[in-house]
Formats: sequence, structure tokens, C-alpha cells
Amino acid sequence: MQREQTPLQRIVADFAESRLALSGLAVLTLILLVALFAPLISPQNPYDLAQLDVLDSRLPPGSRSGDGLTFWLGSDDQGRDILSGIFYGLRISLGVGVASTLCAVIIGLTMGLCAAYFGGRTDGVIMRFVDIQLSFPAILIALILLALLGQGIGKTIFALIMVQWAYYARTVRSTALVERRKEYIEAAVCLALPPSRIVFRHLLPNCLPPLIVIATVQVAAAIALEATLSYLGIGVPITEPSLGLLIKNGFDYMLSGKYWISFFPGIALLVTIVSINLVADQLRDVLNPRLQK
Amino acid sequence: MAPPYMGILHSAFWTLIFSMPVFIVRRLMQSVLVLCFMSLLVFVGVYAIGNPVDILINPQADQADIERAIAALGLDKPLWQQYLIFLKQALAGDLGKSFAYNIPAIQLILERMPATLELALAATGMAVFLGIPLGLWAGLKPDSWPGKLIMTGSILGFSLPTFWVGLMLIMLFAVELGWLPSNGRGPTTELLGIPVSFLSWEGVRHLILPATNLALFKLSLIIRLTRAGTREALLQDYVKFARAKGLSSTRVVGVHVLKNIMIPIVTVIGLEFGSVIAFAIVTESIFAWPGMGKLIIDSINVLDRPVIVAYLLIIVSLFILINLAVDIVYSLLDPRVRISEAKG
Repeated sequence: MQREQTPLQRIVADFAESRLALSGLAVLTLILLVALFAPLISPQNPYDLAQLDVLDSRLPPGSRSGDGLTFWLGSDDQGRDILSGIFYGLRISLGVGVASTLCAVIIGLTMGLCAAYFGGRTDGVIMRFVDIQLSFPAILIALILLALLGQGIGKTIFALIMVQWAYYARTVRSTALVERRKEYIEAAVCLALPPSRIVFRHLLPNCLPPLIVIATVQVAAAIALEATLSYLGIGVPITEPSLGLLIKNGFDYMLSGKYWISFFPGIALLVTIVSINLVADQLRDVLNPRLQK
Repeated sequence: MAPPYMGILHSAFWTLIFSMPVFIVRRLMQSVLVLCFMSLLVFVGVYAIGNPVDILINPQADQADIERAIAALGLDKPLWQQYLIFLKQALAGDLGKSFAYNIPAIQLILERMPATLELALAATGMAVFLGIPLGLWAGLKPDSWPGKLIMTGSILGFSLPTFWVGLMLIMLFAVELGWLPSNGRGPTTELLGIPVSFLSWEGVRHLILPATNLALFKLSLIIRLTRAGTREALLQDYVKFARAKGLSSTRVVGVHVLKNIMIPIVTVIGLEFGSVIAFAIVTESIFAWPGMGKLIIDSINVLDRPVIVAYLLIIVSLFILINLAVDIVYSLLDPRVRISEAKG
């Protein structure tokens, strides 16, 4: 006789059904490892000026530097290895994307739960804010904030949090409103448990699945938005370049045919975003109770 | 005797008449509130976070000029008075002179606006005229290989960052093939006193790449909407009846299907026009298109703060206007929105 599956086992098994999603997950894991261990696996530390030589600048992919290092993906205008630049850039891009999404999830979750649980005026005020914010495109809100605050990693993360929290608040509120009417919440209320316990121990875990799906998609969106802002020169500073800033740095050379300075960081950005989206797509199907067999 | 549904129609009519002004007044009040909030945000950003003397007065001015400007801007007054002065000046259309161009900031932005609007309209037009036929095709033949190709393309159009696609367009069509220019607006022709590009061949050549770039996201959206709408409409009884009547499939698709899926598509196009203008910031920067979007990025980079403040206020007002217009049109199209709002 077959043993009953735990929910987690079911999720893992369902997820593994799609080859495309599995390969997306594999690529994503690889990217995360590269980002984590960038200083160990990079051929060069691209921000150690002592290792750079201007004579090596703008070499095409595959050429060798003065001291015998091979630039597999070419070098930029400072004589930096593009591959190492991408490894370090991934750290910043992923770091900003993940950190901002996490903070935004926490804020959105709290706001959404409060709106749903307390209702009335609290609900009205929070949701009006959410409505108004969602009527402006994300890029415009980020631009307004960064234009007022100036460049910087912390400020970029702040702008991305402000852009994202409203999505989570809206999602969590609508899920929580449905959950709130269910019997287990009534039972908890009858046991006279304190509201904080009901909200965080009973309501919250049941609101998580849709939130996880949206948060995964949003990490990709946050990375793309950060890259866009950095490309425009209003995101991260030049001392800590993300993939977007690397692309910007190579843009002027692209017009003269030196494509690799922008092209390869662009490919890295693309692979990251597409692999996250593949994983998110499958997660959505797996966690959607309506699609369960 | 009147049929029983007349009573329902009758009361619906009166609900419509009475709820209409309430709805518009509510929306207007909300818009004014948002505008106040946004102006407060910009004000706090400029006056409270930074030092307004650095922000609003040209750093190259001499001491006497700086003091005169401080007095003129009322920077020696309490903060709430400063906000009122700021509002009064903004309403009078005076938000200072650009440091970089030495002309009033608002005038500078209004001069750049036609270029942005032309680009946004061209992109929207492109998305509509390509998106609807492609979406119809994908909806009519979902399992054919062109149908699948169109859908894969639209997924890519959603997930690729706009600026990256723009770079690839430049690399391919401007650098490698050399077919199209990648830079600027080209020669403009006056139409009713407004400079436009699309009337000369050279101008059109300059318009193609940026408009394509800006259109891609909306194109994907319209393809998906049209496809979903078509697939749904094909299952409806009126399509079956039209077929049974022996109408040609061109007529069934062109009249019966298309007419019914146009309502959501038109709504979305309206809703998304604002976001096209917002995303023009990115496209204009890549293709050096001389519109408002490129102006704001340039101004941020050279810290031309009066222009930044003016741009933020203008774009926020523009958005509030677009949202208001869309809300009102939407409520005219869909009575459920109007009634629930009037009650709420």
C-alpha cells in the first residue's frame, strides 16, 4: 500500500513534473551559487584596482591579458574581466531584488492582514493607499523616490519596497478575507485567543501560498526594475555595479561594434529573469488548489 | 401591459441618473486629495530632506543673488508657510528656471511633451494594429505552430526588460545591419504649430526603432487579451448561430467576434496609455529621443532640480487626469462600478 504523501512531498512531486521548470530551478540554483561564491570563483577581483591594467581594456572575448589571464567574455573600458564583473554584478542584482522583495512581503503581509482582520476604517485607509499607489506604474513611483532621494543601494532597495508592498497587501487582504470566515478562525475566536495570536498563528500560514507565488514573480520584476533604474543612472552607484549598470557602461561602445561589454551582462540578466519566471509559473500551478488532481 | 422587466430597467435608469454626479464628484475629490498628497511628497523631498538653498538656487550664483532668492522663495519662513507659497507658485505655473537651459522649467517640459506623446501614440498604434490580428490568429488556431510562436513571443515580450530589448534592437538594426538610425528624432515638420516626425520619411525612419521598443510590452498584452477573448467568443451561441446562418468565416470573425472582444481591449488600451508614457522614460533614454522622459533623466544626472520638481508635479497631474478620465469612461461602460461606488 502506498503511504500518504505529506503536503510538502506532494508539492515537490508536482513541481518535478515539468522538465522546463526543473531546468529553470537548476539554472537558478547555479546562478545563486555563483552569486554567493563570486569572490572565490571569479578569475579576477574586478574592483581591486591593482589587478586592472588599462592596456587590457576593451579586448574581445577569448583574448589574453598582459599577465596571462584569459578574458573569456572580453574586457571593459577599465581592463576588467567581463565574466568577473558579471559574477559580482549578480550579487548586487540578486541581493537588491531579494532584500527588497522580502521587506515588501513583510510590510504588505502585515498591512493586508490588519486590513482584513480589523476591517472598517483601518481597512478603508490602507486599501485607499493601495488603490492610489497601484494606479501609478511601478517605474514612475521608483523614479519619483530616487529623483528625490538620490542614488544608492539602500535607497534603491527602499524605492523597490515602496513599489512592491501594495501588491502583497492587496493579495493578502483578499485571501485573508476568505480565510477569516472559515470555521477554524471562529473556533480560535471562541477559545478567546488574543488577536495577535489568531492573526499570526492561524490566519497568516493559510494566506501564504498565493503570496509565495506572487513574491517569486516579483523578485524577477524587482531585478528587472533595478536593472532599468541602474541603466538610467539613478539606481545603484558606480562603485557597486549591478548587471544594469554594467550594461549601461558598455552602451557607448556597443555603437562602435564592441558588443561584448553590454551584451554578456544583458544575457546574464535575461537568464536570471527567465529562470525565476519559469520556477514561478510552475509554483503557481502547484500551489493553486483549483488545479489539484 | 408592460413586461415585468420594464420596472427593473426603469429603476436602473434612475440609479444611473442619480449616481452619476455623485460618482464623478467622489472621483474628483479623490484626485484633488492625491494631487495634494503628491505635491506634499515632492515638497517634503525637496524642502525637508535636502537643503532647499542647494536644491532651488543655482550654485553658481553669488552671495547677494542667493540671499535675494532665499527671500523671494520665502525660505526664511516656517515650513507650512513655505508649502503654501510653493503651492501658490506651482498653481501660477512658476516652478523656477532650469539651471542647465536657463528657461522656465515648465516651459522646457511643455516643449518636450509633443515628442513623448508622438512616441507613445506611435507605440500604442503599433501595438493595436499588430496585436489584434496576431491575437486573432493565435486565438483561432491555438494549436498551429504560428499560434504557438505568437504566444511564446508574447511571453518573452512580457518578461524581457524594455531597455534590454532596446539595446538588442540597436545592436541588430542600427549597428550590424545599418538599416535604421538609433539616435534622436530626425527632422521634424510643423503640424498645427507642433513639431512632429511622422510626416517625413526620415522622421519615420527615426521613429521606427523607439516606437517598436516601447510597443513590445503592450503588444504582448493585446495579443494575450485578443487571444483569450477570441477563444471565449468562439464558444458563444451567437457565433454558432452566425456560422449556422451560413455567414463566411471572415464575416463571423471580423464582425461578430471582433466587435465583442473590442470592449475589454479598448478599456485596457486606455488604462495602459499612462504606463506607456511612464515607460517612454526608458525608451527615450536609450534612443536619445528628445522627449520629457530623457529630459528628466538628464536633469537628475546634472542635478537640474527645478526641472525635476516641475516634471514630477506635471507627470503626477497628468496621471491623475488619465486615471480620472479612465474611471469616468469605465463607469459609463460598466454600470456595476458606478452603482457600487455611489453606495460605498
